[in-house]
Amino acid sequence: MASIATRIAYGDALKELLQEDENIVVLDADLAGSTKSAEAKKVDPARHFDMGIAEGNMMSVAAGLAASGKIAFASTFAMFATGRGFEQIRNSIGYPHLNVKVCASHAGISVGEDGASHQCIEDINLMRGIPGMTVVVPCDYNEAKQAVRAIAYHEGPCYVRLGRSGVEEVTPEGYQFELGKGVVLKEGTKVALVATGSMVQESLKACELLDFEPTVVNIHTIKPIDRELIVELANSHDLIVTCEEHSIIGGLGSAVAEVMAEAGCPCKLARVGVQDVFGESGKPKELFETYGLDPQSIANVVKNNL
Amino acid sequence: MKNIELEKHANSIRKSIVTEVFYAQSGHPGGSLGAADIITSLYFEELDINDENLDSVDRDRFVLSKGHASPALYAAFAEKGWIEKEELKTFRHLGSRLQGHPSMRLLPGVDMSTGSLGQGISCAVGMALANKLDKNDHRIYTLCGDGECQEGQVWEAIMAAAHHKLDNLCIIIDNNNLQIDGKVEDVMSIYPLDEKMKAFNCHVIEIDGHDFDQIRAAFKEARETKGQPTVIIAKTVKGKGVSFMENQAGWHGVAPNEEQYHAAIKELEAC
Ligand SMILES: Cc1ncc(C[n+]2csc(CCOP(=O)(O)OP(=O)(O)O)c2C)c(N)n1
Ligand SMILES: [Mg+2]
Repeated sequence: MASIATRIAYGDALKELLQEDENIVVLDADLAGSTKSAEAKKVDPARHFDMGIAEGNMMSVAAGLAASGKIAFASTFAMFATGRGFEQIRNSIGYPHLNVKVCASHAGISVGEDGASHQCIEDINLMRGIPGMTVVVPCDYNEAKQAVRAIAYHEGPCYVRLGRSGVEEVTPEGYQFELGKGVVLKEGTKVALVATGSMVQESLKACELLDFEPTVVNIHTIKPIDRELIVELANSHDLIVTCEEHSIIGGLGSAVAEVMAEAGCPCKLARVGVQDVFGESGKPKELFETYGLDPQSIANVVKNNL
Repeated sequence: MKNIELEKHANSIRKSIVTEVFYAQSGHPGGSLGAADIITSLYFEELDINDENLDSVDRDRFVLSKGHASPALYAAFAEKGWIEKEELKTFRHLGSRLQGHPSMRLLPGVDMSTGSLGQGISCAVGMALANKLDKNDHRIYTLCGDGECQEGQVWEAIMAAAHHKLDNLCIIIDNNNLQIDGKVEDVMSIYPLDEKMKAFNCHVIEIDGHDFDQIRAAFKEARETKGQPTVIIAKTVKGKGVSFMENQAGWHGVAPNEEQYHAAIKELEAC
């Protein structure tokens, strides 16, 4: 099966968008080759600004471009986009509700060997907390490409979380990405695995380790979250297991817990994710196993909570 | 220490750097090789760090603000005998103390966890302030990349260091004129660096960062400078010592393959 990183889709989508729309501009912070924003340069170098290693400045410059009528894509690693640039995103982009699309790559622990300083497991939490921010975590190339195109024309600030490592294509043929709408990939019983990003693949594999067929859902839009679908899942299953390559605090698991609690759902919840610890250097696969994100760990959480 | 001995240590450190990155098949050879002479000079001459006080804060300290040059730091530790050379091969592997970017909680001797550019220099300012409060005469050294100087935080740190007259702080800028996306002057110019640092009330010294006499003299001048921090702008060659890596932005964060690894070691052995 093809294994492509979602950041590749970002570069390809940008190329198309720049060709189609002269209003689109792109910014990066000395990581244009890695985030794939450099693809935009191939179309029009004048609309690609490498701002150097200065992420905070980049975010507010993007805000200025957007306040002048441009649609600004701003990219760097997730750690430095949402970490270093947080307050600029919040106050220069979020508060005035500007058309800045923060597309950050190398999110999560699958960054691998760079280690904890570069493994951003807090970005969903940070971005989700900003009023008016749309947060999307695509799971594969096909979905990422469609998502980038969709958020380009979705009014207001958006955050797209992209990965460094190759991931298998799991979206079905003819798949149509719809912002805010969760996707049921497998209809099963008892347990619903509710996953986002790279954990969609891991959840699908976890099914093979169980002696029953669970439901598998891809929640690509963390904000606004698909309340209707989550309540429906909670009412028709005994257990929901959220799966994310992110801290269990403040990400998908938290968003799902909020919906379930407020709706008064009787269903049990378990969260697969990074358990409030920092990561470390290692190969992505080893890290998934060590930090409990691999299919076996998901299957174990299912068994232990049923 | 005689220059010839320093050169021997630096050469050995360079071989270790290449070995670490090769066995990890990941990491940053360019900026590590380019900083090898400065780091050798620091650990073999300038810093008062030894086997006994390695674990203590009651000594000089060094913050590798450009944390991606961790292979150079670990190689220096191995050269000092603080870690086994064999351990270098665990660099960036699961469970290793030799993280992709230095972690002070895992490896004794690492004075600050770094990796996010721009922060280490501020941490060094904090250490220098603490030493002033404690009225000791330990010195704080930090090594920053020239691309790193694009971070606003670097200038905030320099402003604070000068404001507090931190003459116990020595900031070294590894001026190889390269970053990831290309030449520093093409991506986002930081120049004129010397005049900017002077305008921020720093004492500025410009040197060849591969000349041990000049590095030694600069450290001495920094020690003798009172009432302001010293910034040493060290002109370096990124990838220094491995000809095919020299001055190539492409070797910033790429590991050599087997053939390149052997070629690099052979070239360093011929020195
Ligand atoms: C805040 C932050 N932004 C981006 C990066 C990614 N990054 C790692 S090294 C590097 C380039 C560094 O260039 P320079 O400071 O000149 O280092 P050197 O040339 O000495 O390797 C970048 C952008 C980072 N580590 N930290
Ligand atoms: Mg440089």
